[in-house]
Amino acid sequence: MKLLTLNFLTCAVKTCKTSASSFPLHPRDSELEIVEAEINVQFLQNILPRLMWEELGGLVNELGLPSLPPTAPLPSALVESKLQAPESDTTGLNIEKLEVPSQVARDLHRVLLETCIMSGGLVCGNCGHEYKVLEGVANFLLPAHLV
Amino acid sequence: MADDKNRGEAYESQHVHAVYEEIASHFSSTRYKPWPIVERFLEELPDGSVGADVGCGNGKYLAVNSKVFIVGSDRSTNLVKIAKSHSPHSAIVADNLSLPHPPKSFEFAISIAVIHHLSTPERRIEAVQAVLELLRPSSSSGSDHGGRALIYVWALEQKESRRGWDEGHEQDVMVPWVMKGKKDKGDKQRRKEERRASEQGEKKGIEQSGDKTFLRYYHLYRKGELERDIDAAGGRVVESGYEKDNWWAIAVPKAES
Repeated sequence: MKLLTLNFLTCAVKTCKTSASSFPLHPRDSELEIVEAEINVQFLQNILPRLMWEELGGLVNELGLPSLPPTAPLPSALVESKLQAPESDTTGLNIEKLEVPSQVARDLHRVLLETCIMSGGLVCGNCGHEYKVLEGVANFLLPAHLV
Repeated sequence: MADDKNRGEAYESQHVHAVYEEIASHFSSTRYKPWPIVERFLEELPDGSVGADVGCGNGKYLAVNSKVFIVGSDRSTNLVKIAKSHSPHSAIVADNLSLPHPPKSFEFAISIAVIHHLSTPERRIEAVQAVLELLRPSSSSGSDHGGRALIYVWALEQKESRRGWDEGHEQDVMVPWVMKGKKDKGDKQRRKEERRASEQGEKKGIEQSGDKTFLRYYHLYRKGELERDIDAAGGRVVESGYEKDNWWAIAVPKAES
């Protein structure tokens, strides 16, 4: 499960959902894997305003990954201009200005869309219930006493 | 067939969840073509919208629009394993009645061919409510029109279909799913088996070799019933209709007073 998903997940127990301490869920004993995916800067720019940046930063730290910057980047920081000759130009003289994903965008893509929890648990900070992740699939089915 | 008071969670666990878990890969291989109204609903979403596909099955609707982000969920782990391959989206195992999402956070939600699997009127209304609860309410100024849900259920009125149900028919039905057994064996092999079977005095037809039938519970919706369920769940119907043996509706949460 990619980390971006955790931005939209909380505890499945009804009484927890309204409690601030149930979000985000806390990873436990996570086994991470990088699953490479093509970067889509526009997607990142669109999703940026939806991210709970502070909570995401906390998650990244809990997982022992490199820290996120303290504040969310601006959408404009996700692209940078690069002067480069097109590949078709063998002389290398017809230099053009290209918009390419910036390092900020590549870092964000790596952490949100390529870093996946393959196994472990997700724990609710309110009730302490742990949801299992197995083979990259998180399971939120509740035992009868919590429904 | 169980009546209303004998149905509920345990009943669905046996007659819906366990069946999908068993037929997952065969079911998935037959589910690839998105229905036009669902496809249009998803394609018209503004880029960057975030939403849920509650009861996503094999994730066929996760393949429609890669400019939005969808968290798909399903009761069947085997179906979720298939659904999670659709980038950039995600899929998790969850129950329609206990969804693990922060309330009022999504711009859209879809529930396609799911709510008809809940086996009592109360549970169906609760399922609609759970979908509506995910949606962002509209702002009081009206500048943001809030989240919308598209809900599809199987119709009772489908006399042109293969099943032939229509008005007046029993609404709570068991629908067979037939999983074909091994491909036809060669003639020689079959004759040999038939001979052996007759020698052993077996009466069971060899021609059914390996076919397996699973029964799934469905509640077939009557005209107007989906709209009533949405109303009872605290929703307002924005648009609704009938398409190919199904009733559908687009709903929003009622404005809070």
